[in-house]
Amino acid sequence: MIAAQPFSFTSLAAALVLVGLALLLSWRQHLDIEKEMGFSCIRAFVQLMAIGYVINLILRADRPVYVVLMVAAMLGFAAATSARRARPLPGALLLAAVAIGGSTLVTLGLMLALGIIPSGARYVIPIAGMIIGNSMNVASVTAVRLVQDAGDRRPQIEAALALSASPRQCTADIIRRSVRLAMVPVIDSTKTMGIVFLPGAMTGMILAGADPLQAVRLQVVVVFMLLAAVSLTATIVSLLAPGRLFTPQQQLRRLENDA
Amino acid sequence: MGYALRVDAHLQPRIAVEGLTFEVGRDTQAPRRIVDDVSFRVAAGGVFTVLGPSGSGKSTLLRCLNRLVEPSAGRVLLDGHVASELPVQELRRRVGMVFQTAALFDGKVLDNVLYGPRLREGRAGGGGEARGAAAGEADAAHAQAEGLLRRVGLPAAFCDKPVTELSGGEAQRVSLARALANEPEVLALDEPTAALDPTASQVIEDLLLQLAADSDLTFVFVTHNLAQARRIGDHGLLLVDGRVVDQGPLPAFLDDPALETTRLFVEGRLQSGAACALPGAAPPEAAP
Repeated sequence: MIAAQPFSFTSLAAALVLVGLALLLSWRQHLDIEKEMGFSCIRAFVQLMAIGYVINLILRADRPVYVVLMVAAMLGFAAATSARRARPLPGALLLAAVAIGGSTLVTLGLMLALGIIPSGARYVIPIAGMIIGNSMNVASVTAVRLVQDAGDRRPQIEAALALSASPRQCTADIIRRSVRLAMVPVIDSTKTMGIVFLPGAMTGMILAGADPLQAVRLQVVVVFMLLAAVSLTATIVSLLAPGRLFTPQQQLRRLENDA
Repeated sequence: MGYALRVDAHLQPRIAVEGLTFEVGRDTQAPRRIVDDVSFRVAAGGVFTVLGPSGSGKSTLLRCLNRLVEPSAGRVLLDGHVASELPVQELRRRVGMVFQTAALFDGKVLDNVLYGPRLREGRAGGGGEARGAAAGEADAAHAQAEGLLRRVGLPAAFCDKPVTELSGGEAQRVSLARALANEPEVLALDEPTAALDPTASQVIEDLLLQLAADSDLTFVFVTHNLAQARRIGDHGLLLVDGRVVDQGPLPAFLDDPALETTRLFVEGRLQSGAACALPGAAPPEAAP
């Protein structure tokens, strides 16, 4: 176990020097983002402290119901955040909730069922956090790109509709593209893992004093898990989105960002 | 609805439009009628021309015919059947449409012209991509596409051309072939030559005249171009600010305008938005 010394509140206070450096650079270069930077640091500190205490409580109580509540709360925030990005799409919140929630349930369920991770709060909460966070990003990118492409390709989509194509048929192309685009970062980071950067979960374990080889095994599991999770999310978005881009009479909606 | 019944009233029209209205902003303080109580009918094989200054609601009217937009009121009848009661895909198969821009799908000319037929075979994945057809099927598809290209005066070699290599006029001919592939009964044309140079425009115009003569396809042709309306249409109407201000046989109702608004339009002095203030701008009920 790691000694209390390295990550004490004293060391945290010392780390403020790093924030100061960033603020100084921003001020000297007239970037005008000092306020936002400072605010986000405070926010990150408060949020993380709060979640730290919450997780601490949950770990001590070790009651499944708390774990479920915690995961549900994370899902809710993720869906709301993603839905804000995809706002022009009618019913964006429900879409995001179904996509992120669905992929989380399936991925987490599989990992528990296959015994990849034990069912304790200590495992489920951080794993769920990683799944939900990545799914959220993918859901946002897929939906934003879809809305934009639907606007840009309106002439082709309407030409296809006029040739009696169904909404699904005439969006197959833009759906393929937006799903691909959303998954590229995950695939790329999978490819370059360990070479370009040392991923968070593994870094964390090594910092906490674990055997690096064990940390690597965890990371491989995380990578595989994220690949499944984002594929699921993107697939659910692509299955549900066409229904929202079109009216029930199969007319392409005019979304607010349309030219 | 007192719409003028002069156009082949004795026949069951191929397509009839009754009191068609399209309103935007109905949930706001200032709803606006883009298309306002429009009625007309076209007999099978007829060429009906919708004339009007830009912004008069011509395109929206046309898009109501195949339900690319949903009319707020009124109805469209296709062979006497209410269009909104037909499955929307059947309606759109029977009422084809050619747009101002060709709006071709990425890929080859062949994938574009066969898009409609492949939909019905369940093989179009969207975007007009051809997917693993057997050799025999591929030959049949090629033959079908070549036949369609011939109808629009393009050589068979065009089948395998990428659409990015087409000129504006060629692209529009491909889009016409793509619409014809669905064997529609009515072809709605939304200013198909407006984006073309005069030569390409003339080619498309000649093609349409030839199609009209050779088939019993019914045309609803939207244009702001008077000369073109005179050459192509057998009947037509003048739409200003979404309302029918005049209608009748072509070119007679343009050559000898009975109404002040029509005369102003013919003389090129009519601006959209000015019609309501004009003397002689009669509501459709009062049209002769």
